[in-house]
Amino acid sequence: MVEAVSLVDVVKRYRRGKESVEVLHGLNLVIAEGEFVAIMGPSGSGKSTLLNLIGGIDRADSGSVTVSGQRLDQMSEAQLTRWRAGHIGFVFQFYNLMPALTAAANIELPLLLLPLSSAQRRARVAAALEVVGLSDRARHKPAELSGGQQQRVAIARALVSDPPILVCDEPTGDLDRQSATEVLELLNFLSERQGKTIVMVTHDQKAADMATRQLHVDKGKLIDKEYVA
Amino acid sequence: MKYFPLVWAGLTRKKLRTLFTFLSVIVAFLLFGLLQGVNAAFSQGVEGAHLDRLVVQGKVSMTDQLPLAFGTRIASVPGVSGVTYGTWFGGYYQDPKNNIFSFPVDVASYFDLFPEIRLPVEQRAALAKTRTGAVIGRRLAEKYGWKIGDNIPIKSTIWTNRDGTSDWNFQVVGIFASPDDPSLEQRLFFNNDYFDEARSFEKGLVGWYSVRIDNPAHATAIAQAIDQLFTNSDHETKTVTEKEFTQSFLKQIGDINFIVSSIIGAVFFALLFLTGNTMMQSVHERVTEFAVLKTIGYSDRAVLAIVIAEGLMLALAAALLGLAGSSAAFPLLESVVGVPHLPISVLGLGLFYALVLALVTTLLPGLRVARLNLVDALAGR
Repeated sequence: MVEAVSLVDVVKRYRRGKESVEVLHGLNLVIAEGEFVAIMGPSGSGKSTLLNLIGGIDRADSGSVTVSGQRLDQMSEAQLTRWRAGHIGFVFQFYNLMPALTAAANIELPLLLLPLSSAQRRARVAAALEVVGLSDRARHKPAELSGGQQQRVAIARALVSDPPILVCDEPTGDLDRQSATEVLELLNFLSERQGKTIVMVTHDQKAADMATRQLHVDKGKLIDKEYVA
Repeated sequence: MKYFPLVWAGLTRKKLRTLFTFLSVIVAFLLFGLLQGVNAAFSQGVEGAHLDRLVVQGKVSMTDQLPLAFGTRIASVPGVSGVTYGTWFGGYYQDPKNNIFSFPVDVASYFDLFPEIRLPVEQRAALAKTRTGAVIGRRLAEKYGWKIGDNIPIKSTIWTNRDGTSDWNFQVVGIFASPDDPSLEQRLFFNNDYFDEARSFEKGLVGWYSVRIDNPAHATAIAQAIDQLFTNSDHETKTVTEKEFTQSFLKQIGDINFIVSSIIGAVFFALLFLTGNTMMQSVHERVTEFAVLKTIGYSDRAVLAIVIAEGLMLALAAALLGLAGSSAAFPLLESVVGVPHLPISVLGLGLFYALVLALVTTLLPGLRVARLNLVDALAGR
């Protein structure tokens, strides 16, 4: 098994006023390449913190965080930023698309950081739109798309620079059941057919059931592991 | 260029707000162009003053007239290499709004002291020969369509003729150019002999003397020597450099520089707050969007650059339009300031101010998003 993610004895604390609150208590976790992992747990359990550490947008106070073979805990902020651009695709609950840009322009955003010609960027955007089934919505702005379509644009944006890992924070939390199912099927497809490692935080058991493994976090610890498939 | 759509999207997110800010900046720079242009045009006269020329005027007031006989005595002062004189005529053509900068001068000496006025020798000779002759600047000729041989009626706000009217008639005998100082091309010069003979009062007096000196370093000493000649006389003098004379002349109108600076300062101060507030609001509303950009790999510098680029695009585009507007309107002020085009220095200064405006108003919000805490920003905290 090739490890995509490895967390060893990870401790994370936050300051709340004068108080320091430990959110993760010596957490250990390994995720293999190509896995589709769902992280569940009650609010405040630390699941989003865990996702942020894997995505490299937050730092552990102690312990090691290794993602795609890189020790994130040893990187500077600038190194982390560059690393995220090449290794992680992010999908958010509320899509977080730029409202003034078209779907295609939103998807193109990560590509602007790469040394690609305009034609190369257009080709990659077209391919990403095709994967998510929205080729005919390229010129639409987010307000002209349904919630499910917006989330699929967000997934295309996460995919377009071909990162090995997708980090999804409640990707179906703002969607109706049918749209949620479409998005989950898309994530499943990306995991199974394109070998993407997907780490998804969700409150939705039906969403978690689509994953190959479910992790439960409570009070800053993983409390059990269950292989679904 | 590839980031242009991103920058443009930021600006057009709230179209109406951006439009109003854009219009405010245009109006501010339109005002700046016109006021600073007038100021610069007047300053050109001051800056263009010759260091080797002094002006002898009445001690109490520059409107005090001096005896014609003073010329010979001034010429005898060591270091003086040339003397001429002139008088403010206060002329206008048909309507008092059509101000004509006109001066009776001593034809024999005036154009020697002012070589920047390029008058062909035969036209100068014609002026000397023609009692009611006048020479006019190229721009003045173009403005009214006057040509050599034309008879032009000019009225004076000061001087009446022997017939009791303020009507004076001149025959155009020459047209001069002044490429180094185009404001001179708005002027009209005519024979002092005719003027002195025909005017109804203050005969034998002149407005001021212009004096050429052989060494500008001796200007102060020569000025003192000239003034000493007329101490305790009925017409005490005050001799100053041409630059000081031009400055004091402009102060008769008002301290233009102070007035212009005050107005422009107030306008830009207000503009700074207006644009700064717009940029602050605009960035504040997009904190999550900037957090997303940083999350997907945009560096701190990149997001800072995006915010600054938005400010630059807004301020520079609006400033260019405002300055273009003032440049288009400037020829209308030619009769007042004597310069037909907005000085290029004003355009440069305007663009520099636009650059400063953009940087000052975007640096703070730009740094804020560059230093965003991603976890908090994405969580909407």
